[in-house]
Amino acid sequence: MDGLDDIALTAAVFLPLVGVLAMMFTPRQHEADHKVMALIATLATFGVGVYLLLRFDYARADALQFDVDASWIEVINSRYILGVDGISLPLLVLSMFVCVLVVVYSWNHFPEPHNPKAFLILILILETGMNGTFVAQDLILFFVFFEVVLLPMYFMIGVWGGEQRQYAAIKFFLFTLFGSALMILSFLALFFQGGQTFAIAELVAVASDNIPRSTQILIFGGLFMGFAIKVPMFPFHTWLPDAHTQAPTQGSVILAAILLKLGTYGFVRIAIPILPEAAQAWAPWIGGLAVIGIIYGALGCLAQSDMKRLIAFSSVAHMGYVMLGIATLTDFGINAAVFGMVAHGLITGMLFFVAGSVKDRFHTLELSRLGGLLIQSPRMGWILGFCAMASLGLPGLAGFWGEFPVILAAYNPAEGLSVGLFRGYMVVAAVGTVFAAGYLLWMFQRAAFGTPKEEFADTPIPGMHWPEYVAWTPMLVLIVVLGLFPNLLFGLTDGAVGTALAAFGGGGN
Amino acid sequence: MLENIWVVPGLTFASFWLILFFGKRLPKGGAEIGIAAVGLAFVLSSVAVVEWNDRPATEEVEAVSTGEHGEAEAHGSEPDAHEEAEDEHSFGEVRALAVDLAAAEAGEGEAGEHEAEPIRSAVERNLTWFSFGGVDITVGTAVDGLTVILLFTVTLISLLVHVFSTNYMHGDVRFTYFFAALSLFTTGMLLLVVSSSLLQALFGWELMGLCSFMLIGHWWEKKPNSDAAMKAFLTTRTGDIGLLVGLVIMFFAAGQTFDIAAVNEAALTGAMGETVLLVGASALFVGVIGKSAQFPLHTWLPDAMAGPTPVSALIHAATMVVAGVYLVARLYGVFWSAFDIEAGGVNPIAVIGGITVLIAAALAFVQTDIKKVLAYSTVSQLGYMVMALGVGAWTAAIFHLFTHAFFKGLLFLGAGSVSHAVHSFEMRDDMGGLRKFMPTTFVTFMIGSLALAGVFPLAGFWSKDEILLGAAENGYRLFEVVGLIGAFMTAAYMTRCVYLTFFGSYRGHGHPHESPPPITVPLIILAVFSVGAGLLNAPGFEKFFELTENRVFLLAGIEHHSFEIVPAVVSSVVVLAALALGGLLFFAGRLPRGVTARSRAARAGYRLLANKYYLDHLYTGVVVGSIKGPIARAAYWANQKVIDGVVNGVGVASTRAGLWVYRHIDQRVVDGAVNGAGFGAEGFGGILRTIQTGRVQQYGALLFGATAVLALGLVIFV
Repeated sequence: MDGLDDIALTAAVFLPLVGVLAMMFTPRQHEADHKVMALIATLATFGVGVYLLLRFDYARADALQFDVDASWIEVINSRYILGVDGISLPLLVLSMFVCVLVVVYSWNHFPEPHNPKAFLILILILETGMNGTFVAQDLILFFVFFEVVLLPMYFMIGVWGGEQRQYAAIKFFLFTLFGSALMILSFLALFFQGGQTFAIAELVAVASDNIPRSTQILIFGGLFMGFAIKVPMFPFHTWLPDAHTQAPTQGSVILAAILLKLGTYGFVRIAIPILPEAAQAWAPWIGGLAVIGIIYGALGCLAQSDMKRLIAFSSVAHMGYVMLGIATLTDFGINAAVFGMVAHGLITGMLFFVAGSVKDRFHTLELSRLGGLLIQSPRMGWILGFCAMASLGLPGLAGFWGEFPVILAAYNPAEGLSVGLFRGYMVVAAVGTVFAAGYLLWMFQRAAFGTPKEEFADTPIPGMHWPEYVAWTPMLVLIVVLGLFPNLLFGLTDGAVGTALAAFGGGGN
Repeated sequence: MLENIWVVPGLTFASFWLILFFGKRLPKGGAEIGIAAVGLAFVLSSVAVVEWNDRPATEEVEAVSTGEHGEAEAHGSEPDAHEEAEDEHSFGEVRALAVDLAAAEAGEGEAGEHEAEPIRSAVERNLTWFSFGGVDITVGTAVDGLTVILLFTVTLISLLVHVFSTNYMHGDVRFTYFFAALSLFTTGMLLLVVSSSLLQALFGWELMGLCSFMLIGHWWEKKPNSDAAMKAFLTTRTGDIGLLVGLVIMFFAAGQTFDIAAVNEAALTGAMGETVLLVGASALFVGVIGKSAQFPLHTWLPDAMAGPTPVSALIHAATMVVAGVYLVARLYGVFWSAFDIEAGGVNPIAVIGGITVLIAAALAFVQTDIKKVLAYSTVSQLGYMVMALGVGAWTAAIFHLFTHAFFKGLLFLGAGSVSHAVHSFEMRDDMGGLRKFMPTTFVTFMIGSLALAGVFPLAGFWSKDEILLGAAENGYRLFEVVGLIGAFMTAAYMTRCVYLTFFGSYRGHGHPHESPPPITVPLIILAVFSVGAGLLNAPGFEKFFELTENRVFLLAGIEHHSFEIVPAVVSSVVVLAALALGGLLFFAGRLPRGVTARSRAARAGYRLLANKYYLDHLYTGVVVGSIKGPIARAAYWANQKVIDGVVNGVGVASTRAGLWVYRHIDQRVVDGAVNGAGFGAEGFGGILRTIQTGRVQQYGALLFGATAVLALGLVIFV
């Protein structure tokens, strides 16, 4: 079995590309074949994920497992190092999981200009990029995967998007690329100053000793820009509402569920462990931007008249909680942050799914024109309500565990951080929960309660299709299961978070 | 049963899922599942009460507090022993405080100071829920007298509401859904009551918030109903800001645990810093204000009448709003120490409770909707409970919670029965003279009203009297007066309500008729409890006190005051005077007409009441309105014009710069790219070293350009 373990992660990353290869040689007209091939590719990848889950040694969740270390670009000493620990495994599996569901959902939901072949190929390439980012343990490798994600998403928005797709796609691309440029600069700085290596594990061991604190802080700045734009944190978030609003449903789901997590994951995996001193210096600022994001995102939501744009802004607020958790630099905070990433992926992904299906039926997401969804499509209406409740952090559903423990952690941040400041953040974050309830219920009230508006009163609204049932049920179930049994995730992340925070003496407790 | 008490909420939770998935296919639309589950839960809760009663009192608890009163006088001559005892307690192991009798007797001096009393020890059962950051968070049940009493009350009321609803909600568009939500609602309260940990309690707490949203907005086709649901959820959620913060503070102050017993002990033994304790308790109390509809966050409760009447009965009598009172009672160690309740005088809890008693009772006078009268009455009675907790009358508070559940449940269901007959809740326009048409409803409603007014020997008399007595004895004279005024007002507005509904001549349409048995039987059962429940703590018997006395009660050294004749007579006289006045005004037709037209002050007062002290204008209009309107719009404007303006500006500027470069440098571009790619490892090392020397700006542009090229090169290369 060890042989399988060695190639498991490689398979997890490149199996989607095998599917792409097969699809490239299949004529465009054979749409059914493309769907089946894409489904097989994503399912096979997810199968690898299940294998990883089964074979993962949970007692050693703090250590990298299934690790591979092969030579790659020797001239710059960049190596092909893969591995997963308790932090990356849930995100990796989430990515695989969501990709399967997105393909299933696509079955009868191909946006214009149709072309399933190209669309599905883009999803598969995206999956390779996302999976690769979560398993890469070498900075250059990480960077490559991080960038691989950009292009398919650019085309997905630019080709299959809404009316202003060109603008949104270019904005998304350039904005993220700008961050990436600064990020790679920091990577190079780490290489030259930190010990001529790109291996994350080695950098963690030596970088903070080799690099003076002031330089660390500058390098962290570059990483911060790269990751914060991806998250996105206030004030670098403006690409997000445009990208989400214009992207096709599948694109929005992947964007919300996985892409945003690449940024937060970068903080937890790279920035903090490698440059702990700089992290400490930056933490108050990150925390500050995070809580601004929480309130600001909520206000942005309240100003929206478009359901999808509202959900997009809610991502800014929710990622604010994740970033606040990270900024506390404590066990509690980062555990909650990772939980928040998964929960937000499931919940906001679901919200975008539902928004997409609503748009399919009503051809608008203008809240003033919607209403009475519960009458015309009761199940979809209740699912929307369920997701709204999950998103506002109702205890018992997954969202709660990304929110409350963050507030908890902010009360007692890591040593060296200003307790008073973070307690202030805590109160703001707690106030944010009311805002979240406000905009989500307001959206739900306007979309689902009441009676259908005149223009749609006589339009027959089809009920839910089977692809919707198949794609949504697993997500809804997971939202409940993770909400009731948080240890499924905390048990996985706790050890690894401890390792990531080793420099802080295991967190601020 | 006490060990396995989780079965009780488990039953109703299972019932929720069963109704949700199979309810529609059943002949009674899922109601049978709900009734069976809640019925069984009631039986099991009753068993739990009996088992608790039979449980031997084995735990010896000694008061930890060394209060100024009494003790200082009695032991003033031994300051050393006093101090010693205090030191030992603050540093001692938390659990070690439960000294057994022998040890207490053997102890020097201490045993004489505090008499260790035997009580039944709570039955706890915990599992690890999850661990993070080296802390195990547990989930489990803790059962004591307070728990079993509430389990009994909640399941009984819920059962009767279920039965009532089978008829009342018959033919409703979402009958099945309604019963599923009722089950879930009940689950929330039961979960809260059995929780051994604060975090788990929060689950029950919020579950009720969710269900209240679903049920208040049950008829969501109409906007006012969904507005009311939103208001209930958002207002309680506003209070929850405090609750969340309070929970976090308690978690750390008690040594990283959510365990309720541990939090109480830590608070009582002085293990928490004074400031932390005060801030934490105040924050928690904000949550209580929201949930238990205390001033100034009480405004959601009257609006919650938009929901079906059985829901109102459930919310007002046994769940949701009493959750806040329960939380204070459960965490009494925290509030007791934080606000120094023992000291007497004035404290925030008593003040908020007292204000709520009076302002809500005043509002009840100007309502014409029978449910709104009852709603404000609930707010006022909740004020009594909170005030009782504020003045240290712990037993009285939960005793009032207990008796109130029956007569308020009765009154709401009675109002439902009336509306069932006249299809309206308007007392002035559509009721009057109903006693002739609906004798059972009339008699039971009268019993409920008299019990609420506190007429001897009905349930309300005993519990209200205990609160007043507690206020008087614990040094809270002011609040005794507040309580008496409140009692007067209660009796008076209920007289008005009863008169408008049942007396005079019928003003509505059609022919009202008595409701069928599924409605009247619950009324009769509740009427029996409204008559008899108070006797549970009658002088000489005091079973209620004996059952509920718990560890915190003794640790804190709370005093329980038995019945006294003089205050009881005083309060009875006040109530009778109010009834007499009410009788004079309404029944004898002496209601002065046109007062508001003649007197400017009366008109201003009336307007203040009619506008509910303008609080709704403040919240909905000013606070919510400005956030949703100008503030959100301004933020969004800044987003689009300022932040995004910068982004777009950079984009436009870059494009222009690109054009300029193309035009002016033109052919050199290719060469430039080649040179850029030629930046090797060596070059970068040198450049990066300049970061240290601080000449960043100088090389910033160069660095960025080179990096971009390299990044692009790598992407293409790989």
